[in-house]
Amino acid sequence: MTPLRETVETVERASGEYRYGFVTDIETERAPTGLNEEIVRFISAKKEEPEWLLEWRLKAFRMWLGLEDREPRWANVHFPKIDFQEACYYAAPKQEGDGPASLDEVDPELLRTYEKLGIPLREQEVLAGVAGAGNVAVDAVFDSVSVATTFKDKLAEMGVIFCPISEAVRDHPELVRKYLGSVVPQGDNFYAALNSAVFSDGSFVYVPKGVQCPMELSTYFRINAQGTGQFERTLIIADEGSRVSYLEGCTAPQRDENQLHAAVVELVALKDAEIKYSTVQNWYPGDAEGKGGIYNFVTKRGACRGADSKISWTQVETGSAITWKYPSVLLQGDRSIGEFYSVAISNLRQQADTGTKMIHLGRDTRSTIISKGISAGRGQQTYRGLVRVQPKAGGARNFTQCDSLLIGDTCGGHTVPYIDVRHPGAEVAHEATTSRISDAQLFYCRQRGLDPEEAVSMIVNGFCRDVLQQLPMEFAVEAQKLLGISLEGAVG
Amino acid sequence: MSEPLLTIRNLRASVDDKEVLKGIDLSVAAGEVAAIMGPNGSGKSTLSNVLAGRDGYEVTDGEVRYDGQDLLAMEPEERAATGVFMAFQYPVEIPGVVNATFTRTALNAQRKARDESAIDAIDFLKRARATLARLEMDEDFLRRDVNAGFSGGEKKRNEIFQMAMLEPRLAILDETDSGLDIDALRIVATGVNAMRNPERALVVITHYQRLLEYVVPDSVHVLADGRIARSGDRELALELERAGYAAFQPA
Repeated sequence: MTPLRETVETVERASGEYRYGFVTDIETERAPTGLNEEIVRFISAKKEEPEWLLEWRLKAFRMWLGLEDREPRWANVHFPKIDFQEACYYAAPKQEGDGPASLDEVDPELLRTYEKLGIPLREQEVLAGVAGAGNVAVDAVFDSVSVATTFKDKLAEMGVIFCPISEAVRDHPELVRKYLGSVVPQGDNFYAALNSAVFSDGSFVYVPKGVQCPMELSTYFRINAQGTGQFERTLIIADEGSRVSYLEGCTAPQRDENQLHAAVVELVALKDAEIKYSTVQNWYPGDAEGKGGIYNFVTKRGACRGADSKISWTQVETGSAITWKYPSVLLQGDRSIGEFYSVAISNLRQQADTGTKMIHLGRDTRSTIISKGISAGRGQQTYRGLVRVQPKAGGARNFTQCDSLLIGDTCGGHTVPYIDVRHPGAEVAHEATTSRISDAQLFYCRQRGLDPEEAVSMIVNGFCRDVLQQLPMEFAVEAQKLLGISLEGAVG
Repeated sequence: MSEPLLTIRNLRASVDDKEVLKGIDLSVAAGEVAAIMGPNGSGKSTLSNVLAGRDGYEVTDGEVRYDGQDLLAMEPEERAATGVFMAFQYPVEIPGVVNATFTRTALNAQRKARDESAIDAIDFLKRARATLARLEMDEDFLRRDVNAGFSGGEKKRNEIFQMAMLEPRLAILDETDSGLDIDALRIVATGVNAMRNPERALVVITHYQRLLEYVVPDSVHVLADGRIARSGDRELALELERAGYAAFQPA
């Protein structure tokens, strides 16, 4: 057996072992299957929403109907047509009365789930310095609802609002009303319209003027119930001169069916504000035959509204059967900065079509794109990116680097960059490479004592270093491990 | 008790169905420095690759005993863990992985395989710095990516650095002198000589005699057309220097 063959097989074997594939046995309250105005009203009523939000949802639903059969087809991903009437659009762990007021009211079964996932929900443990629990505030979203948000009080002292978006609708309606849909409008695209109609929960963050958020904010998404989609909506607003770092993580049980995850994330950075948004996505990828797995169709966009603002996306995408995702930045404010750092792995039969859009509108705006795509097994990986410089964006600069790494000879890596420059003074640079893990590299590592898994892991981590360095410290190690798990099983 | 550390008997190996090693017999004792010399195409690199366990080399006959074990039955990383080291003729680049991480990961992988405890970063750094100083290498070297953008001489010194850190029992140096200027050659030779001890065997594979002026061998073997054509002491290397390999070339 050649070392490469062996590596490929190791990769296949290891990736069959999805660690987060367990199911939590918990009573669930569900909406009837299918999607119509009644369902939209049902969801809105469940969440006791004000009239304006119900109207907002219904408008989105009608837009979605207008977009019917208008799913994006340009992506390099292939899957059977989804019957949107077969899914369930709301599932929640059953509980008495309102949402939990404190962790003591959270179903112990749920707490155990998050313990298994390694998510610190118990603030006291974090405060007591329990190993593994970092200084991170967590909002945990289980299927359609948020089950617990930690450190709310401590953050509130500084004026930072961090809560489930349904709670923000109730307690801070003026903020939600002002910014919801202001970056990703309801009719933006097929999946965004669907999300706007049926979104159930997600996180809301508001950082007031001049405040540096004192800790990492994090949302943990978990799909549990069968036959449900997850449609969370996240809205982050960084007011003038503020700064916040936010991280989301995702897992789902191992199931033979495909489950839909269609999220919308909107970021707004006002003058001098900075938002750093990191994602570690590890939804169930399906099995080696391509059975099961999450369809991850997500619209993420940030607006650098004010001058000298900055939005930075970092993503580590290892899971999902299909990923369709382009975290983007609208560079509206003069001298604003957009960044996109991405590591995406397609193994087994995973398909990923991911990248970014950097839209330069203001003067002297800058953007950086670093994308590392890794394909193994029968995975297909496409980087798709747009850099647009509008006529008024004098002095705009962009640097793009897209690197693809192939493991084995049954996978594919593709790069589709679009560059659209409408100002003569713009500077746009694009670099791209495609490489393979060579037998020579593998043998060199093995001769020094690394087994094939450790060797691949080391080479892949080296390949991704520029991106992993962008992650908050607490998560960088986690992400490295995840790359190891996704590709070989263990990191040396 | 007096079994040599390495014993090669009637070793035959093919590359792409072409027989390159045609029955090698060779013994190297612990504490010995054995030089293997030969013209281009004689099978020198094939021999080192077969000993290290590289894929693509098919062993068709013979056996290799190393420290009482059947070397050919072991995976490359198992050979490494039992103390077999090969200094590559063409060391590969591993972008994004710094030398310190690479070498420490390798060292700890070997230690783990031997049920020894891992070396922590601080102890590793201490040893690495001392080794670098001996090899007249800058400390900055530890922070550079493995062999990426290295000059030929730097790559070879990196091999010697790794050898010094991994402390193998059997080190095979595959044309380590090729492409080195005289200063680099002297430094590499100093590094190699520092490795000499009664427990360790060194197999120095080279085309030219000049490395052997600095690393004085205990035995010299001429490899020609896939066989050891002649064995002798240091004098044999000097004779080759004068007369060339003409006498050993196939007619």
